[in-house]
Amino acid sequence: MGGHNTGSPYAPHSPEETAAMLDAVGADREADLFDIPESVRFDGEFNIPARDERTVRREVRELLDRNDQLVEFLGRGHYDHYVPSAVDHLADRQEFLTSYTQYQPEIAQGFLQALFEYQSMLVELTGLDVANCSLYDAATALGETATLAARVRESSGSHVLVPEHLQAGKRGVLENYASGVDLTVDTYPMDDGAADVGALEDAMAEDVVLVYAESPTVRGVIEESLAKIGALADGHDALFCLGSDPVALSILQEPAAVGADVVIGDAATLGLPAAYGMGLGMFATRESFLRQVPGRLVGASEDASGRRAYTLTLQTREQHIRRERATSNICTNQAWVALRAAIHAAWLGPGGLVDLAADCVSRAGTLAAEVDEIAGIQAPVHDRHHFREFVASTDQPAEAIAADLREEGFAVHAVDDHLLQVCVTETTAEATDDLVDTLEVVA
Amino acid sequence: MSYDQARWSEDDQYEPLLSEKCNREVDVDAPLPDDLTRDSLELPAPSEPELARHYTRLSQMNYGVESGPFPLGSCTMKYNPKFTEDLAALPSASVHPDRHPETVQGTLALMGRLSAYLAEIGGMDAVTLQPPAGAAGEYTGVLIARAYHEHNGEDRPEIVVPDSAHGTNFASAALAGFDVVELPSGEDGRVDPEALDAALSEDTAALMLTNPNTLGLFERDIEQIAEMVHEAGGLLYYDGANLNALLGRARPGDMGFDIMHYNVHKTFATPHGGGGPGAGPVGVVEELEPFLPTPQVREADGGSGQEGEPGGTCELHEPEHSIGKVHGFQGNWLVLVKAMAYIARLGDEGLTDASAKAVLNANYLAEEIDYEIPFGPFHHEFVASAGDQDAAAVAKRMLDYGVHPPTTKWPEIVDEALMTEPTEVENRRTLDQLAAAFDAVAAEDEETLDAAPQRTTARYIDQVTAAREPRLSWQALGEEGEE
Repeated sequence: MGGHNTGSPYAPHSPEETAAMLDAVGADREADLFDIPESVRFDGEFNIPARDERTVRREVRELLDRNDQLVEFLGRGHYDHYVPSAVDHLADRQEFLTSYTQYQPEIAQGFLQALFEYQSMLVELTGLDVANCSLYDAATALGETATLAARVRESSGSHVLVPEHLQAGKRGVLENYASGVDLTVDTYPMDDGAADVGALEDAMAEDVVLVYAESPTVRGVIEESLAKIGALADGHDALFCLGSDPVALSILQEPAAVGADVVIGDAATLGLPAAYGMGLGMFATRESFLRQVPGRLVGASEDASGRRAYTLTLQTREQHIRRERATSNICTNQAWVALRAAIHAAWLGPGGLVDLAADCVSRAGTLAAEVDEIAGIQAPVHDRHHFREFVASTDQPAEAIAADLREEGFAVHAVDDHLLQVCVTETTAEATDDLVDTLEVVA
Repeated sequence: MSYDQARWSEDDQYEPLLSEKCNREVDVDAPLPDDLTRDSLELPAPSEPELARHYTRLSQMNYGVESGPFPLGSCTMKYNPKFTEDLAALPSASVHPDRHPETVQGTLALMGRLSAYLAEIGGMDAVTLQPPAGAAGEYTGVLIARAYHEHNGEDRPEIVVPDSAHGTNFASAALAGFDVVELPSGEDGRVDPEALDAALSEDTAALMLTNPNTLGLFERDIEQIAEMVHEAGGLLYYDGANLNALLGRARPGDMGFDIMHYNVHKTFATPHGGGGPGAGPVGVVEELEPFLPTPQVREADGGSGQEGEPGGTCELHEPEHSIGKVHGFQGNWLVLVKAMAYIARLGDEGLTDASAKAVLNANYLAEEIDYEIPFGPFHHEFVASAGDQDAAAVAKRMLDYGVHPPTTKWPEIVDEALMTEPTEVENRRTLDQLAAAFDAVAAEDEETLDAAPQRTTARYIDQVTAAREPRLSWQALGEEGEE
């Protein structure tokens, strides 16, 4: 870097400048500015050599090249859809990417409006009144819902009911959040991949505060009993939380219409590539819980000139004001991912979203039928409608088949001894014939 | 210096909403029974050129680190290097989280290397990368403290937090089910050992401490504090929000901290993204390693996976007494890639220099401004007092001078606080401009301040009114006339 000697390439001080500034503050050297007792001063080395930019790029690229290039027929709560170039180029504008939380709204109208538009898109997709402008991911959004349920409960309830088929990370995060408010997480059984409503009713003792269901489920099953589950929850003074995602919600029944009090999910099905599980926690709820919502909310207002303007609002719910009585501890959220999801959704438009979602149904159905033709595999296991993915039963051990597929360049889930799970989107659709051909050999 | 922010406006608003420009309603036609589907969907349908123009205009009505100085105290708004963005965008960086570990050796090796870097920098023995933000790191840390004490058969329901701490400390402790004991600051703005002694008991699970604290002051009695907390049977938690002050000068692990989080979006220059995503890795001492979230990366031969160059095969494992999960998968992975690249770029020398220049810049800026700074000696940030002026109004007026204002009205220990953190990325000329903005505003009357800002996209926005009648979606805007 020009004019720069040693040290951080992003600290622009020349030696002369440093000397002059030290002089201005009355210090002989930088070390004198640190008021740290001798006994805790660090005089060792991290043993991290500085490298130039080109070298770091090469190193990281070489490191990541150790990842095998597999066609990922993977889902189970995290999905890869094609992200158009417009998303990267627009979201990467530095005014968005390098900005901070909008605590000075007058200078941050652009991001605030983008988040307001994101919230509005979720309101349309869920039919609920209010959406926040992001939580970390679906799992933490479910956890936050449990704490909300504990705060608003009208009974002395202490149980949360979740489906037998649930992504392990979601269950794990929920267990932690629930434990902080003394809630216990229990499971209700599934019947052929969907909620066993009769068994759920039996499990609905009067001390349930929250019932969680998904559509599509972690196995890709479109849940057909949502309205019944909503009615059951309502009848027992429990909240009903529905897990879904923006693509699925583009064609499925509106959550509000089936009695959902809260909708959570991973909204990064739009806007982000697979990203090793990095997500975007969607959270929408009814107006009546507005003051219990976790996370930031953007509202429309007016500025002093009478024009419409946007601002973070209802901040008295948040930790920086309410501290231990806040609705959540969340501060830094996933705002930029929400921006990406909003751009992606707008790029698709309602027609594009509906087509994408319809493809998720037809592709899963078609691939399941093709896989079912293979000797030694039956698919789909569940006689239900599917979205993006399905479970197949195998005569051979599923792990062994998955391992053989890896050797041939494909990744699928082995979810049980003799159960495989396969997910297909437009990013893998061109490879389904190869997958089927390979499965015929290895299964 | 002066500044006029872009102001696209149309009638009684700035840039219209997408929904006002191009909403379209489509019938939903899907290969499913009608009772499982919605009837229609109404959303914006812009062409790509319209979309690009909309978001470009919105970006022009927003202020980022590259727009100008951004001395928000406690937020460490550094310049975000460009090349790290390119690395995070590599297709090889974007794998599915359920991939078999054998097939994502690059991802695991990068995680191992970043964990090793962070452990070195903090003086910790092991690190989890799973927490997706600083507050999530705090939450992870207090869950570890809870699990540790439970494992030892102890019931310790309280966490002690200084009154000057970040609000997240209180909220994270409460989220994990702890009672929060607030510790009043001493007259010098630091922890008062006598007050600490009164707060500690057999109920104490941990003390959460920021060092240097939110006034920028180093807790000189840190060794005594650590001894007192440990004597009481508690753990010492380090809030990493201010780690940028200490890089290469002191390490939390050497001061007696047992658990710490790192804000990689502060200290390690990953962009704040208008509020997130960040990442909040957590480091612990060896005794607490079995309690870390699952899964952890380690070398397949039984090594830690965090020792220097990961040449061997990496695998994932569940620590023996793991607290379980704090994120559905592995956290904000793309952010971690950027942080790893930043640390590798700077190395020992660069990291130490970053901290030195951050502290020099704060001291220089403080020297050049007229506002009083009641507490010192400070490090990477200082808290000035706006005195008779309203700090919030000072901030609004500073916007007109082309600089982002400091954090205001907090910590409350300083009247009308202006919490200022210029970071290492500003040169002397920019600091002089920043000081000129402070001083110009300091000399202005109340009327001028109350009329600010004038040169930003929007004029003053009354947040109290906005909260009184919340309108949180474009659907809610449509209901206006119907009332």
